[in-house]
Amino acid sequence: MGFLDIRNVTKSYGQLEVLHRVDISVEEGEFLVLVGPSGCGKSTLLGMIAGLEGISSGEIAIRDRVVNGVHPSKRNIAMVFQSYALYPNMTVGQNITFGLEMHGVPKAERDKALAEVAKLLQIDHLIDRKPGQLSGGQRQRVAMGRALVRDPDVFLFDEPLSNLDAKLRVDMRTEIKKLHAKLKRTIVYVTHDQIEAMTLSTRIAVMNKGYIQQLGTPKEIYDSPANVFVATFMGSPAMNVVPARIVVREDRPYAEVVLGDGAKSLLAFSQPGLASYDGHDILLGIRPEAITDPEGADRKSQNIVSLKNRVIVTEPAGSDTFVTMSLGGKDVIARMRADVDIAGGDDFEFAVNMEKAVAFDPKTEERIRP
Amino acid sequence: MSAVSQDTAVRTGRVTRIFIYLVLLLFALFYLLPLYVMGINSLKPLPEITGGNMMALPKTWTLDAWRSAWSTAQIGVSPTGLKPYFLNSILMVVPAVAISTIVGALNGYVLTKWRFRGDTIVFGLMLFSCFIPFQIVLIPMALVLGKLGLAGSVPGLVLVHVVYGIGFTTLYYRNYYATFPTELVKAAQIDGAGFFQIFWRILLPVSGPITVVSVIWQFTNIWNDFLFGVSFGGTSQPMTAALNNLVQSSTGVKEYNVHFAGAIIAALPTLLVYVVAGRYFVRGLMAGSVKG
Repeated sequence: MGFLDIRNVTKSYGQLEVLHRVDISVEEGEFLVLVGPSGCGKSTLLGMIAGLEGISSGEIAIRDRVVNGVHPSKRNIAMVFQSYALYPNMTVGQNITFGLEMHGVPKAERDKALAEVAKLLQIDHLIDRKPGQLSGGQRQRVAMGRALVRDPDVFLFDEPLSNLDAKLRVDMRTEIKKLHAKLKRTIVYVTHDQIEAMTLSTRIAVMNKGYIQQLGTPKEIYDSPANVFVATFMGSPAMNVVPARIVVREDRPYAEVVLGDGAKSLLAFSQPGLASYDGHDILLGIRPEAITDPEGADRKSQNIVSLKNRVIVTEPAGSDTFVTMSLGGKDVIARMRADVDIAGGDDFEFAVNMEKAVAFDPKTEERIRP
Repeated sequence: MSAVSQDTAVRTGRVTRIFIYLVLLLFALFYLLPLYVMGINSLKPLPEITGGNMMALPKTWTLDAWRSAWSTAQIGVSPTGLKPYFLNSILMVVPAVAISTIVGALNGYVLTKWRFRGDTIVFGLMLFSCFIPFQIVLIPMALVLGKLGLAGSVPGLVLVHVVYGIGFTTLYYRNYYATFPTELVKAAQIDGAGFFQIFWRILLPVSGPITVVSVIWQFTNIWNDFLFGVSFGGTSQPMTAALNNLVQSSTGVKEYNVHFAGAIIAALPTLLVYVVAGRYFVRGLMAGSVKG
């Protein structure tokens, strides 16, 4: 029994099922991020938790109370919307306390709660302004204040940062993380931005086409993706996924890949269990940061394999240099130190950290876990 | 000049500009001419009109015609002036405008924020009522009013105008609320506001421009309506019907000065509404048409 239980929940519009049997149990104080491309059903799921969308089958329970059919205002949740949804005719103070007023909280208590929240979010000086007179970041704070003041069981965030400019978004992200660390409240947060998902969450549910693709901690999702979709969706640049074949030499499994010049090279796997897949075609997944120059390789890794290949192009990005080469007929991006000395056309000795490599079934695109 | 040339990139020559203003002035005078004729002739004694020039200013200025039109002129069979009919019109217009506007606002709110199966069909049917000519419904309307016991009364006229007006007011409010973000309604639901609280606290405070449009439109239409007034007014006929009786009387001397004064009195309330709220009218009609 979790704090917020989503049990076998589906959503259909007529014959069309848009959300398929979602099953998530959220513990108290958890920060769950629902992430996925647009149309994956993440906002629908959030709307169902909020009570703004009906539940076609299954049940949602908050603190062991099934809330199917319970009005949104009686679920003890609060929501922050993408557009902030501030009432334009009310001042900041009235916006924040509107929910309390609707719940019949006396004026004195409302004012006290408002003062506390305004202080916490540093918007004390804006209390008497109208939303139209605020900047994007200030509106964002007011929207959060409106959620905080209710002191709900569960906070729901619907892409709250996507309307902010890039710099402010990073600032507010840190702000939200701090707030969660301080208040330790249960949060369900929807975003399409995988960096927000990685940085904020204690757990991530990666969604696509109405299915939960994988549910796990950010580290599990990143290091051990369940399928090709999760592997390529999370991380920027995306994980390199290239066709390869498993060959076994002296009981040890290797990935045989085609280099840029058509020659073949063997990369030793760290998982001995893959030996039972001798001769199988696979998709080999390697994160860009697992391919470096020999000096930049991870010293803790037990399995650095060197690979000679031609560099196609380099992209210095300031903090890193991205180096593109060809493996298995696909462009593969390596993330290297900023001051690495390579140019396009060079033959270079890459260091591949095969401890971090994963193998996928090319047909089902599911992870091969020996 | 300088202000204009800052706003527009196109520069016009001095001669062209003078020409444009002259033409505009001419048209303005042309359109003001009837009002001028009505105004000065209502301030003349009758012999000056019958024996003189319609365009000339009065030799003796007098308000007798206005007094007569307001309180003593012969309307139909009794010499009451327009006063009682003016009151009838007010008693009819105010509730009719208020009710049709409120119902239109509620309809618009439901049709955009509480959508239900078949809501577009309902809206389409309501729109249809905007295109039904008055004449077609006279007989069925008379039957209904008779059955309700409202025939020939002010409440009957109010009902007729409310029924006719709801189509328009619903159209206005629906289109206005369609641009209102639905997330605000959802936020208010989560905050615990009910159906009418959301309407009253969230939507209505931002409905100023469209309310002005609705009120002006309804006020003008209902005040100026003649057909329903004369058909269903009975003993409590509105201003328009009385004016007709005043002007079209076939017995006695034609008191043109009284007629002019009566016509101006009849037009004053709508003029007043436009003067007070006219600039919001255009603003409301344009609402949502341009982003930002």
